[in-house]
Amino acid sequence: MIYKILFTCLIIATANSFAKGTYQQPAEFVAEAFKQQPEPQVIWVKGELREQIENILQHKNLSKRVRYWKNESRSVWILEEIGKKKPITVGIVIDDNKISRLKVLVFRETRGWEVRYPFFTQQFNKLTLNSDNSLSETIDGISGATLSVRALEKLARIALLLNKTVQSQVSSK
Amino acid sequence: MTLRKTLIAATIATTLTSTGSFAADLDSLQKQIDELKAENSQILANLESTSDSTSYSSATTIGGYGELHYNNLSSDLNNSDKKEIDFHRFVLFFAHEFNDNIRFFSELELEHSVAGEGQNGEVELEQAYIEFDTSDTANIKAGVFLIPVGIINETHEPPTFYGVERNNVEKYIIPATWWEGGVMYSANSASGISYDLAITSGLYNADGVIRSGRQKVSNAVADALAYTARVKYTGITGLELAGTAQYQSDLAQGTTADEVSAVLLEAHVRYTISGFTATALYADWNVDINTTADSQNGFLVEASYKFTDKIGVFARQTEIDYQKDATTFVEGAAQTDVGINYWPHEDVVIKADYQMQNDDAGDFDGFNVGIGYQF
Repeated sequence: MIYKILFTCLIIATANSFAKGTYQQPAEFVAEAFKQQPEPQVIWVKGELREQIENILQHKNLSKRVRYWKNESRSVWILEEIGKKKPITVGIVIDDNKISRLKVLVFRETRGWEVRYPFFTQQFNKLTLNSDNSLSETIDGISGATLSVRALEKLARIALLLNKTVQSQVSSK
Repeated sequence: MTLRKTLIAATIATTLTSTGSFAADLDSLQKQIDELKAENSQILANLESTSDSTSYSSATTIGGYGELHYNNLSSDLNNSDKKEIDFHRFVLFFAHEFNDNIRFFSELELEHSVAGEGQNGEVELEQAYIEFDTSDTANIKAGVFLIPVGIINETHEPPTFYGVERNNVEKYIIPATWWEGGVMYSANSASGISYDLAITSGLYNADGVIRSGRQKVSNAVADALAYTARVKYTGITGLELAGTAQYQSDLAQGTTADEVSAVLLEAHVRYTISGFTATALYADWNVDINTTADSQNGFLVEASYKFTDKIGVFARQTEIDYQKDATTFVEGAAQTDVGINYWPHEDVVIKADYQMQNDDAGDFDGFNVGIGYQF
């Protein structure tokens, strides 16, 4: 009996093909965001910007620079943050300083899988950044997925902060 | 006149020549700019593919959590006190990613600071399994893993829950932390529904004392196995709705004439909105035995409110009926807790609470203070 159940479980499991937790390649996400994709640009993370990002992350920031794509008021960011053990890769599109799309591109954690589905990520749409670098609205969490939820919130805040920084650099030129 | 003409002709010739040279210079400069642009793009691309992301790419990771408790309790029932300080749990996680689809995870715990013969503590291997992803939404675990039941059993890092001590329903009825050896298939879907199916080692206590029945996968008798199924719904943000059913084929593990089978049913709901969280949990054992142990159950209700990211308060009520040991059945053991959590950092928590027990629970009233962390 036990062996039958085990065998059935294995059949069910192996019926699915092996695949990584990659839901969209970052390059595809960027390409989708523009009619004509601009050249990538780089913002260096240093000084006050670094401090602000570390305040959001609540730990040391490992990136010295961040690549982004920008065309007029639209910017696109591919960012990573660890949930519990592994980095979650997220694509974020910002229009006029508001998030217009947030998507989990690669999810490597074993728990907290709910954050990759639209029923969770759509909460980020239209959010802006407050003056204290918090989000303009509260994100409702997912029980048992606290660390993954927290990682996505941090990345949304960082993307908005970086966007604000590059937009202000353009306007001061 | 001739000289003037000659000078004008020379000036025109020079201007024409220098204009041609200027245009050539411009072309050359543009070419250099284009080359530099291309070079810069290449450098940026190389930078992207190196340094920064390597800090995340280590295949082996460690983590952990721990908690120190201070209890100051007294009971009028038998005029006794419990005043002690204890590093209750010191836990280290070790994980290794063999490839994108196969990984190892482990949890090693030292309880009560000192382990060994005659000591209060124990060293326990609570998790050690290999996990195989079978698709984007499904995986199989094989090894020692936590039983998918209740709230605390799988997520018990101190910053994630209120109260210094864990609640009594998930201590005596569930009984957390509860791990077994075996195999488990888990799957989830975009609708927010997930499920787990597990075949594992079973409990071993012919008297139906649930918590004492944990064999902790230490030369565990495997005459009779356990079968667990859980369905969970988290498709609405802030909501968790879950139910677990488990069948223990024989709590006596073949040592008695009649099998002592048992069924555990557990259900819980948790809903969080704008800092307010309401939780309710019910767990019930139906044991095929002709003693008081045949029916053991308990419930929990909890309300909490997080004022900011740093401060939250809670109130909790639990009540349980359970077989405490072979001869003692406790009925209606109730406890009320109220308290506060303070998070100076999102992964560090300081807790304080006041507990009140009825006589059936031991009448231990008093306060608890604790500090916990995770990383």
